[in-house]
Amino acid sequence: MEQDKYKIIGKPEKRVDVLGKVTGKAKFADDYNVKHQLYGKVLRAKYPHARILKIDTSKAKNLPGVEAVLTADDIPGSKVFGIVVQNQSILAFDKVRYLGDGLAIVAAKTKEIAEEALELIEVEYEVLPVVTDPEEAIMPDAPKIHGDNNIFVHHKVRKGDIEKGFQEADYIIERKFKTQFIEHSYLEPEAILAEPAEHGGVRIIGSVQNLFSSRRSVAAALNLPLNKVQIIQSTLGGSFGGKDEVMTAMCCRAALLAIKTGKPVKMVNTREESMLESYKRHPYTMYYKWGIKSDGSITAMEIKIYADGGAYASMSPYVTWRSVVQATGPYYCENVKTDVITVYTNNNYTGAMRGFGSPQVNFAIESMIDIIAEKVGKDPLEIRLQNGFEKGAITATGQKLEHNVSLKEVLLKAAKEIDFQNKWREYKSQSDAPIKRGIGIACSYRGVSLGAEGTDAAGTIVSVQTDGSVIVSSGITDMGQGAQTQMCQIAAEVLGITMDRIVFLNTNTSRVPDSGPTVASRGTIMGGYAAKRAAETVRSTLMSVASEMTGYDVEVLDLKDNYLIDKDSGERLASFSELAAQCFKKGRPMFGFGWYKSPPTSWHEENGYGNAYFTFVYGTNIAEVEVDTETGKVNVINFVSAHDLGRAINKQTVLGQFYGGVAMGLGYGLLEEFEIEDGIPKQLNFDEYLLPTAKDIPNIKAIIVENEDAAGPFGAKSIGEPTNEIAAPAIINAIYNATGKRIYELPANLERVLLGHKLTRKGERGSVQKEKEELIIESCKIK
Amino acid sequence: MKKVNEIMNKVKIKTTINNRSYKLDVLPNQTLLNFLREELGLTGTKCGCEIGECGACTVLINGEAVNSCLVLVPQINGKEVLTVEGLSDGEQLHPLQKSFIEHGAVHCGFCTPGLLMTAKSLLDENPDPTEEEIRNAIAGNLCRCTGYIQVVEAVKNAAGEY
Ligand code: FES
Ligand code: FES
Repeated sequence: MEQDKYKIIGKPEKRVDVLGKVTGKAKFADDYNVKHQLYGKVLRAKYPHARILKIDTSKAKNLPGVEAVLTADDIPGSKVFGIVVQNQSILAFDKVRYLGDGLAIVAAKTKEIAEEALELIEVEYEVLPVVTDPEEAIMPDAPKIHGDNNIFVHHKVRKGDIEKGFQEADYIIERKFKTQFIEHSYLEPEAILAEPAEHGGVRIIGSVQNLFSSRRSVAAALNLPLNKVQIIQSTLGGSFGGKDEVMTAMCCRAALLAIKTGKPVKMVNTREESMLESYKRHPYTMYYKWGIKSDGSITAMEIKIYADGGAYASMSPYVTWRSVVQATGPYYCENVKTDVITVYTNNNYTGAMRGFGSPQVNFAIESMIDIIAEKVGKDPLEIRLQNGFEKGAITATGQKLEHNVSLKEVLLKAAKEIDFQNKWREYKSQSDAPIKRGIGIACSYRGVSLGAEGTDAAGTIVSVQTDGSVIVSSGITDMGQGAQTQMCQIAAEVLGITMDRIVFLNTNTSRVPDSGPTVASRGTIMGGYAAKRAAETVRSTLMSVASEMTGYDVEVLDLKDNYLIDKDSGERLASFSELAAQCFKKGRPMFGFGWYKSPPTSWHEENGYGNAYFTFVYGTNIAEVEVDTETGKVNVINFVSAHDLGRAINKQTVLGQFYGGVAMGLGYGLLEEFEIEDGIPKQLNFDEYLLPTAKDIPNIKAIIVENEDAAGPFGAKSIGEPTNEIAAPAIINAIYNATGKRIYELPANLERVLLGHKLTRKGERGSVQKEKEELIIESCKIK
Repeated sequence: MKKVNEIMNKVKIKTTINNRSYKLDVLPNQTLLNFLREELGLTGTKCGCEIGECGACTVLINGEAVNSCLVLVPQINGKEVLTVEGLSDGEQLHPLQKSFIEHGAVHCGFCTPGLLMTAKSLLDENPDPTEEEIRNAIAGNLCRCTGYIQVVEAVKNAAGEY
């Protein structure tokens, strides 16, 4: 019955942009070319940390075919940008701070000439000492990256009395966890085409995720008003949070070259350039200390986290804020003290990536909860059901959860699907064999959208044409996740039309309102809500015209299947096209603009508490694995992913998010690691940076749970990130169930599973060194 | 590169691309991927790594799926090349294209052309592959978005229509 409530919502409608994507006609950034375009290239740093003494571009400038060679001196406006802290240089001028920093840019007739010109640029450096470990970077004598303090963010959460909490505990358990740098690995490398515009400004088309923040930076760099910088999004070949600042830098550089040369400039990163320059997911070092009672309840949580921010601030302040809010997981605890400290190093800078500060802490939390379960003799499901949040729970930040808290529902549904408890017990006592099986569970709660992190509002436009076809456009962007399609579905539902009537216009900063960044899984809830409001505005105009046209009361009329109908009899009174034509004839507006501002949130930075997010989503993942105890190879053989997302606007794209999220989480848990040694990245392409392939992904059973939430359009919340944030801990817990060995550092690759540590080659070739001992402290208090 | 190009003589080749025959003068060191995109404007074939790891550049040469970033243009002399642009006959979508759409196998779509071509060469040779055979065949095509599940379903389903 539920199913029939809506015509379009919840249905597996085709993606609105799919046809071009299967025929090769979809235009991604690198597919745009214009006559007489020049090719732009970037000279990058030679050292991860050095003072720039001199840049000599004269030889490069004289190379035939070269039209411009520019450095920071040629930037007329702001030389730096940044969403929170404005300290990222478009082109380095005082120092280089990591190997991806750009120093000079060239525009030439061909790529080859541009590359040759780069080699002719001479740079004199004064090499500076490098710091790459966040815990070393906070030492007083550590080399400083910016100013005189490497710590640039310190978020806190304080609740209750932590000392008292530990006194009440029967056991105190302390563990240290570490996570790695992760490369977004969007399949499409960064690319743009920048053209000088008629009005003296610039028009840019390219693979930009957050068009409005990039536009602000280009305008500031070129001393242009915002209305003279137009950025149009090309079809995006994946982003996952990754095409923000790295694209801003590229936009600024290409725009500079275009303005200086008066010609269009094309810039494309090779995969190597992309991996070298682009930002990554933050590595965290996490110290978790929990006090528990012998019944398994948690009396205290003291958490200290060091996040590696790399060379620039980027989104770190926001990303690590989500970590501090969610660091305790969805578990009751009266006494909490959490600190997340983010520091500059000479590594690649780190920023937004799918999960946005949650995958790291979820690995620690969900490992801890399994550890305490074992300590008190409970199974992993029992301990979660015992400590997990219910409706009305007060979170670590003091927020009361007033919505439908479905944590236990997703836990139980996932566990039932795979017979979790029985398998867990069976595998726990399996006899010795080379191949061992294990099963592991992990759950999470996640704040929806930006929360108290920033301004949270978005706009969508629905415009009915005189023939009854419809154009939808929005400040919320699509990077492959299907946001366009969901907004179109919402508009179609409200207008009673079919999807084939709708076209979504690529986002263009000059045509739609600044809707903030499309991050934090806010596409559906924010863009979707705005689409609903826009469509409702148009609908009310159409309905009043319909009433005038037919002489019927608005109440008895409805729009359905491209027709205006009599609600009671179902009789078709006019086609949607006729109605649209009539509306135009009467001079009524057929254009609707919808704006949605999220419900209020609050945060007290000093004292570390507040109503962090206006609503939350809940999820559970279960992984079943086979571990080859002779090689350390882990095979995930079964997977269950259950998420409450409020409502699935499009079942098919939602399932796609489930599967893709798990795959990325599996890479995080088992395979992927972007290693930087002394400031030098070791993996620059997919031969060494290992992504999951079709052979690594098991069959995934997706369980969609729909508890509608008043905060979202048609009850929908979000799904993009939740699906990606708990796969790794589920796998790690499964490995423990199989082998009795716990992995404290991601990824659980062959050597960590087999030897319990990573093999590193430092200094001399062939020498093998063991990583520092992990912190494992357990104390049993005697009362 | 430039210096090499200056001293390098172009070579003459005859080839068929998407059922059209061409007589061409080509640079011996240009990759097929580059040639298709830059010289012929066939930008449906994508460039993701240029080292033969991602499969986004997959095209068919005499029916066999190859990474066009690893092929030099002269190597297609006398051969038939098919790219994603040549997959449908102009009127009707190819069963694989339809099936990819129906099964939600396309997210961002950057890997899609390569996956379609790999899948075509599989089905042309083995019209009824098992799931494992499909997974083996597409193991060289990286996709960061889909987790491959809907792709495998799409290929399996298209096989039914072959
Ligand atoms: S571009 Fe050819 S395999 Fe990646
Ligand atoms: S659909 Fe995005 S990489 Fe495959």
